[in-house]
Amino acid sequence: MKKTRNQKAWFMVLPVLILVAFSAIIPLMTVVNYSVQDTFGNNNFFWVGLEWFEEILASDRVHDALGRQVTFTAIILAIEVPLGIFIALHMPKKSGFWSSLCLVLLALPLLIPWNVVGTIWQIFGRIDIGLLGYTLDKMGINYNYTQNALDAWITIIIMDVWHWTSLVVLLSYAGLRSIPGPYYQAAKIDQASRWAVFRHIELPKMKGVLLIAILLRFMDSFMIYTEPFVVTGGGPGNATTFLSIDLVKMAIGQFDLGPAAAFSLIYFLVILLVSWAFYTVMMNMDKEADV
Amino acid sequence: MKINNSAIIIVLYILFLMLPIYWLLIMSLKTNQEILSTFNLWPENLTFNNYKVIFTDPSWYGGYINSIIYVVMNTIISLSVAIPAAYAFSRYTFLGDKHLFFWLLTNRMAPPAVFALPFFQLYSSVGLFDTHIAVALAHTLFNVPLAVWILEGFMRGVPREIDETAYLDGYSFFAFFKKIFLPLIAPGIGVAAFFCFMFSWVELLLSRTLTSVDAKSIAATMTRTASASGLDWGVLAAAGMLTIIPGALVIYFVRNYIAKGFAMGRV
Repeated sequence: MKKTRNQKAWFMVLPVLILVAFSAIIPLMTVVNYSVQDTFGNNNFFWVGLEWFEEILASDRVHDALGRQVTFTAIILAIEVPLGIFIALHMPKKSGFWSSLCLVLLALPLLIPWNVVGTIWQIFGRIDIGLLGYTLDKMGINYNYTQNALDAWITIIIMDVWHWTSLVVLLSYAGLRSIPGPYYQAAKIDQASRWAVFRHIELPKMKGVLLIAILLRFMDSFMIYTEPFVVTGGGPGNATTFLSIDLVKMAIGQFDLGPAAAFSLIYFLVILLVSWAFYTVMMNMDKEADV
Repeated sequence: MKINNSAIIIVLYILFLMLPIYWLLIMSLKTNQEILSTFNLWPENLTFNNYKVIFTDPSWYGGYINSIIYVVMNTIISLSVAIPAAYAFSRYTFLGDKHLFFWLLTNRMAPPAVFALPFFQLYSSVGLFDTHIAVALAHTLFNVPLAVWILEGFMRGVPREIDETAYLDGYSFFAFFKKIFLPLIAPGIGVAAFFCFMFSWVELLLSRTLTSVDAKSIAATMTRTASASGLDWGVLAAAGMLTIIPGALVIYFVRNYIAKGFAMGRV
């Protein structure tokens, strides 16, 4: 669609700018400020330059947390995206009572506060009082997410799949619903296989919403804090200490403001870079679609 | 009889989603003694005592009221600044519009953990610590960009000709906006409101950092109770069940918008 050039449009964007400046730029400046200073308490700050950044970039603790974070996000995306598409393909085609019911039930985990999601799975996995833990224990499987690092990982991954796959389903489903019926009829006349229909009709039509889904899932899983914090508290040991948990420990637990601030900026930058790449791809696709 | 594969898959998946919630539900209907001593799929002595505790103790039900207050405030603030901005982005080009749009989105990408401490200091220094408006403003950090993004997608779907016809018919800009444009993008506003509500309702880290007593959210109440006085499983489960209800109500009301709306807009 052609847009007119109008500099007065800035006035309509102004409220957003003021609000976001207050809630994003001022705090971010505080972070930048801390990241280049050190303190001996009593608000005596002195300039240390890039020392904290060098310390964080060389720190094993941060490397380990980053490694765990990347592994976690990769596993999450590898499970949730295909599973979400698969479920969306099997959703009821006609709108009506059943599809509404499915949508409402599917969306339910998305609207549970994150700490409650944590609580639910914390209880569900316990050997003494949780359905999952108890069943596994009775089947003779040695399962204990508070002691065993692998069990903790599995619990958190299943929890995240339980929590967020619905988002991918809802978005893919919306993409599928926007495909006009004649496309399928044409495919039927051509005797296209199920796979060919998926590959050449459904997947291209879902591309836009799928990218959004992947982008959202990437960002949110990279920032995950509350759920693992409630379930495992980052343990056993440091096995499930992801970046946000580590950062909060550093900033609020130990009050190491300088390193925490440098850590924050690097962390933010990593997310920003990956998201920017996604965003550029998305915008290019939009342009193609508009032409 | 032909067995429908799709139906089986969907039923199994929904079963997987509902099982942990079912477990929470029946746990909230048991006494603590029963939770810890016997293992059963249905409570022997059905009790509503856990819910009674929550509805009679101000520190519990206050948490729900506080959460709902700041979530509603946040949704109203986010939408009222996002609607004009989204209109500007969808209709006009202006100096730096593309950069501005991406910069807005970057705020959605900011980890709340990064902002927890600066927010605490910022709102303490302006005397807003432990107020509802502080949490509502803090949550605009990720909700405003998302609302602008969603609404812009919907508004692009409305042809420009409608704007132009309205001006030819002698509508002023505000009359056009109110009487014609807003009703046209109602589904978009519904979807945006849904997302604002959702992300503000489920967030814990910022709401816990920015409140202590007067505006303490239900999420914070739950984590603090869990650590302070040992674990009262039954009450905790009941509190968890009650946090699901507002979300379920919101989904029920916007269910048609979600199906249609997702497809129309970008999200």
